[in-house]
Formats: sequence, structure tokens, C-alpha cells
Amino acid sequence: MEMNGAQALIKALEMEGVEVMFGLPGGAILPVYDPILDSPIRHILVRHEQGAGHMAEGYAHATGRPGVAMVTSGPGATNIVTPICDAYMDSVPMVVITGQVGTSSIGTDAFQECDTTGITRSITKHNELITRAEDIPRVVREAFHIATTGRPGPVLIDVPKDIVDPKHPHSKLDWYWPSDDEVAAGLPGYHPVTTGDPTAIRRAAELILRSERPVIYAGGGILKARAADALRELAELTGIHVVTTLMARGAFPDDHELCLGMPGMHGNYTAVTAMQRADLLVALGARFDDRVTGKVDAFAPGAKIVHVDVDPAELGKVRRPDVGIAGDCRLVIEELVEALRELAAHGVEAPDRRPWRSTISGWQERFPLSYEPPVEGDALKPQMVLEHLRESVPEDTILCSGVGQHQMWASQYWRFRHPYTWVNSGGLGTMGFSVPAAIGAKVGRPDRMVWAVDGDGCFQMTAQELVTATAERIPVKVAILNNAYLGMVRQWQEMFYDERYSEVYLSPDLPDYVKWAEAMGCVGLRVESPEEIQPAIDKANEIDDRPVVVEFRTDSREKVFPMVAAGQSNDSIQVPPHQADATHRTGEGGR
Amino acid sequence: MDVTPGGAVRHHTLSVLVENRPGVLARVANLFSRRGYNIFSLAVAPTEDERLSRLTIVVDVESSPLEQIVKQLDKLVNVVQITELDPRDSVERELLLATVQADPDTRGQVLELTQIFEGRILAVSHELLTVSLEGHPTKVDDFEQLLRPFGIVELQRTGRVALARLDRDGDSRLRSVSGRAS
Repeated sequence: MEMNGAQALIKALEMEGVEVMFGLPGGAILPVYDPILDSPIRHILVRHEQGAGHMAEGYAHATGRPGVAMVTSGPGATNIVTPICDAYMDSVPMVVITGQVGTSSIGTDAFQECDTTGITRSITKHNELITRAEDIPRVVREAFHIATTGRPGPVLIDVPKDIVDPKHPHSKLDWYWPSDDEVAAGLPGYHPVTTGDPTAIRRAAELILRSERPVIYAGGGILKARAADALRELAELTGIHVVTTLMARGAFPDDHELCLGMPGMHGNYTAVTAMQRADLLVALGARFDDRVTGKVDAFAPGAKIVHVDVDPAELGKVRRPDVGIAGDCRLVIEELVEALRELAAHGVEAPDRRPWRSTISGWQERFPLSYEPPVEGDALKPQMVLEHLRESVPEDTILCSGVGQHQMWASQYWRFRHPYTWVNSGGLGTMGFSVPAAIGAKVGRPDRMVWAVDGDGCFQMTAQELVTATAERIPVKVAILNNAYLGMVRQWQEMFYDERYSEVYLSPDLPDYVKWAEAMGCVGLRVESPEEIQPAIDKANEIDDRPVVVEFRTDSREKVFPMVAAGQSNDSIQVPPHQADATHRTGEGGR
Repeated sequence: MDVTPGGAVRHHTLSVLVENRPGVLARVANLFSRRGYNIFSLAVAPTEDERLSRLTIVVDVESSPLEQIVKQLDKLVNVVQITELDPRDSVERELLLATVQADPDTRGQVLELTQIFEGRILAVSHELLTVSLEGHPTKVDDFEQLLRPFGIVELQRTGRVALARLDRDGDSRLRSVSGRAS
């Protein structure tokens, strides 16, 4: 069937099962927007291309399906660079289609030309400049294949205008849809790993059964591999405690007796210290990020390492594993469970771990997450706001966050019970992520309640996408923890720069968040005192026909604790001041 | 083979088969720059299979462990196979072109040196000679060293190219270090 490149591109997306895409048209991509009118694919028109990228990410986080964004050349492409890098750092499957100037104009500094594939080369899993219309179906299929297999990631397709413009002879092609074999033949260097090496898996099982103080270090790869059930089976079979990194929150239920919560720079005392004192870390889909390890040389010094990752390059990148297994987390964990059962059937038993369990519960009792209750008349405590919100929403609510203090409090104080209920920017730390990501998540899971917890600094970066949400009837809810500061930077200036506050003050009243929300077609609410918290949340939860923005005026002096200062050993974890005395008393008890 | 004062091998040679497509060399170069790996030399040309090109990359493993370099290279979708070439089990060659000062006093010595190394004279003027030498990279190093005192005006080396040495059975003794990409 003869068609033009634009029709072929949209048809290829339909063939890939794309139901929704996020984008904003412009000159070079204009021809591709025409067949969208005739396509069942829903297109969501954003107000800024960065919004399209984060929406596609939010959609992918919440559904596990690849997010799709489409923008024009030049500034359209550069505006989506941040979400592409974000998706690359957090291994989010995403396909980005960018317009490009016509093939004969490439390299001439034409209007809205930029070297998109060059700019995004180091922040995409793969990218491709298509030069012939006949390549479109193949390249689209390859893009979805690469984005969603192995370690997922963003793939960018750059599409010159002439090959999609029906008025141009370059755009003619005979439609075809490549088979799996043709896709494989077109990618001779791409063979993602799946199953792990059985010998290594058996050695891992033996290490697990020999360890006295084991901890499972679960990373975002658990979620990418749909391995939450397998993880739970492994933990329950072995009775080993689990820490869930920032990217893995929800991969293991917080209310499970074996859950230790989040490790790392702002992890809770028990999660951090259990890893430090462990004799075995079973790292599953985690990458020993510096925010988790602190000073690498001092990280978990007595621990042997079992490291499972779908990306072979992660094994040994930061910490040399004693057993490294390249493979899909779900398949490897399932095989590990089998190996453990087999060893148990042969009478191999784990040592007595009761002392370790009691050490852990001792830490949990002495150093729970806590904050000092507010003094009457003071501004709201952000943690208290989150506790109210947590108790007022369905347990499968999807929580999104931006980056900074509010993100850490959200991760700490939420009780995640299900996988895929936490959407945040971990690796890149992209301020402004939450509003568009929440919109994307809600589009992907319209059956779920979606709350974005945001800071006032973050909100100001991407709030305009609430116009998109109103126009497209996507009823997300936003809680702004407004402390009138770039709070995390303020915290570092207070703690490490002698309270010299440089360029961090934002003002509580400017902008007026309620008026701004209303101007964007949302319901706007403001909460200043503790007794207003619950009614405002209840009201927001009842609204389902438009977005809601609730501004909470929070205490700017509140800091995120515990904290391991950057570059320090995790042993020097600082608990909140009201717990600090206890640290001295129990400093030895940890061993 | 370059060796550090401690005796460790500093440079390793990787033979990398890549898809012969636009931008692939840029991807490889970009990866080295992005991850902070140092390239000592790099040579690239199409192979007997027109769909593939072969890169011979000499990497400085003081900057990063070879294993990481190989694994990251292997993640590039267009990289088809990576082989580490052990100098003992491979044949290596490099080409040097040099234009050297050769006035009537020194011309004879430059010619003699070039003859000893079995190099060639490619161009001659009143004061200058352009010479070429093809050979093992260490031989090329030696030649360059000995030419220096005469005054090298311009120098271009190709960087080394290498293939696995054939053993008696004719099977090449490659150590393929290419894992599986993700």
C-alpha cells in the first residue's frame, strides 16, 4: 500500500499499540501532525516540550508501557533534552520523535535546525536520524524494541521534513511492517541479556545461606523487570530484610515486617546502618548510586556482594561483586528462589539470624523516622501534611514528586503498599518533574487517584502544564509544600555554609498560588493552620472533574533528617537533633 | 606494548566491529569522552563485509578499567563485536609519514636511517625529505625517535591497526570480550 512518510509514522505508532502521545507541533514536524487527525491515538497538546517529555515518563512509570512524545526540530528538540536525560538516568522506556529540517538542508544552519542526534547521543539508549521514508516502519519498530527490552531507556527518532511531507517526492513509500526476525537482523549488535548464569545463581544462593547479617538492596530495576512479586517471595522464603531505594519505593510493601524502608543520604537510620553492618548485600536492580553508598570506600565494609542487573556494565562499575549476575531481575530472582529451595531440600540451613533480627529491631525502636511536633502558631510541619495526606487517600494512589526536601519527606513518610505508585526523578534530580509526570501518570492510570507533592520552587518550573491538564480534563491533584525557599539548597547552606543564605529565598506570596491555580482552570486552596489541613485534603479528594492545587504554608526551618553529608561515610549518619543524644548512647550497639 | 614504571600494561588494543553507518564513529568517540576514558590511538575503515567497519582502538587503561570500557562500548547498539587483542597473539602495524629537515650536511644520515628501517622516500626538496615507514608500532616509535634530532617539520601517524595472529590450525586465537548488550 502506497502512503507518505507521515502516515507511515503514525501507522507505525498504532502498530506498536500506542494509545496516547504527548507533544507540541512546529514547522518541521507539521506534516506528521496531519494524519493524527485520522488516528485513534490520543494526542495531548502540552504547553512546553519539557512537559511532553515528563508526561511520557510519568505515563511509563505508572503503566510500564513506553511513553511517547513528539516535538518539532531545533528548540522543540532542545526543550525535551532534560526529560530525555531524566529518562536515561532512571531507565524509563520512552520514544521521542523530533522533527528535523529537510535532508537537503541538514548542516546548513537552516531555520530551527539543530544537531538533535548529536545533542542527545550520550543521553539516549539509542537514537537514529531517518533519511529515507521507506526506513520509517523499521526504525519505529526498532526504537520500541530497544526502549523496552534489556535495561529500558529513551530512544529518539529524528525525522527530516521532506520524508514525511506528502508534497515532497521523498515521502513516498510502500507500507510494510517488519517481522521480529527482520528487526533482529537490523540490530546485529543488540542482544539484551535475559536469564542469568545458573552457576553464578547457585553461588549466590550459597552465599545467602551462609550469611548471618544479610540485607536485600532492592533498586528500581525490580520495578522495571516487574519483579515485585518475585522479590517478595525471595524475602519471605529467606526471612531477609529489604531496603528499597528511592527508585524502588513501592517494590516491597512498607508495612511488611521485613521492610526497612529507604537507604541513602536521607534514608532512615535502620536501612542505612543495616547495610553498613551487613555481611551480605543482595543488590537487585540497583546501581550503587553515590546517594545510596555515601563514601564508596566506607560503604558496607564487611559485606560480600551479590549483584544482579540486566546491564552487565553495572556489575563492578562502583563496587566489585563477589557474585555478579547479568540478567533480568525477575527471571534471576525466580531462579535464585529455586536454587535456595533445592539447597534447603538437601539440608543446607542458614545460620541463626536471631541476633541480627534483634539488632535491627533495636535500631528501629530507637531511631524511627520522626520530627518535632509543631509549636502552636508556627507554620505547618511538612511531614505532618504528608501524614494527613497519606491517611486520606486510597492505598493504591499514585504519588509523584519533584526534587528536593519535599521529595525526601514524601519518600520517607508515605507508606507504599503497591509497586508503580511512586513516580519521581531520582538520578537526574529534575526540579519541575512532578506536575507533568503526574499528568502522564493519570493519563495512563485514569482509574487511580494521582497526587503530586511539589515544592514551591519546583512548581514554578512546570506549573503551566496544569493548563494542559484542565484543557484535557486530567484531574490531577497537587500539594505544594510552600516553604518560600529552595529548601534543600537552604538546608545545605544552613548546615555546610555557616547559614549564609545565597539566592534561595522565593517568597511565600509571590506568586499567589491560589490565583495562579484558578487562572489555569484548577481549584486552588490554601492551608495555613493545622486544623485546615484535613478539610482541604478532603475537599481536594472529592473533586474529580478538574485539577486541584492545595498550597500548604510550611516551616522553612524544617530540615530533612536523617542525613549523611555528601562524600561522608554512611557511618556518620546524622539523626534529627531530638534523637541525637540517643546516638551517642547506642553508637556501639550497632555492631 | 606500553608499560608503566610498575610493569603493568598501560595500553590495550581493542578490535571493534561496528555497523558501517553514519554517526557510529561519533558514538564511540562520544562514549570515550563522556565516560572519561582516554584513547591512545584509533583507526577505522570498512571491512571485507561492507555492512561492517573495524575500529582498532588503543585505550589507556590507567584512566579506567578495561572491563568497564568494553562493557560500555558493548552497550552501543551499533557495536557488533569487541575483541581484545593480546599483543602476543596479534599482528600490529602502523604507518608513519614525516617531513624532516635534510640539508646537504644531514641528508645522507636521514637517507641512511630510512634505509636501515626499510622506509621510503616519498618527496624531496632542497632542504626537506618526506619519508614513510610501515611496521610494528614499536619500530615506528624507534624510527620517530631517531628522526627527531634532524628536525621533524610535520608528522602524521595512522594509529595502529591489528588483527589476531593465526595459529597453526588457522583458527585465530581471539579472546572475544564482548558480552551481551543491554
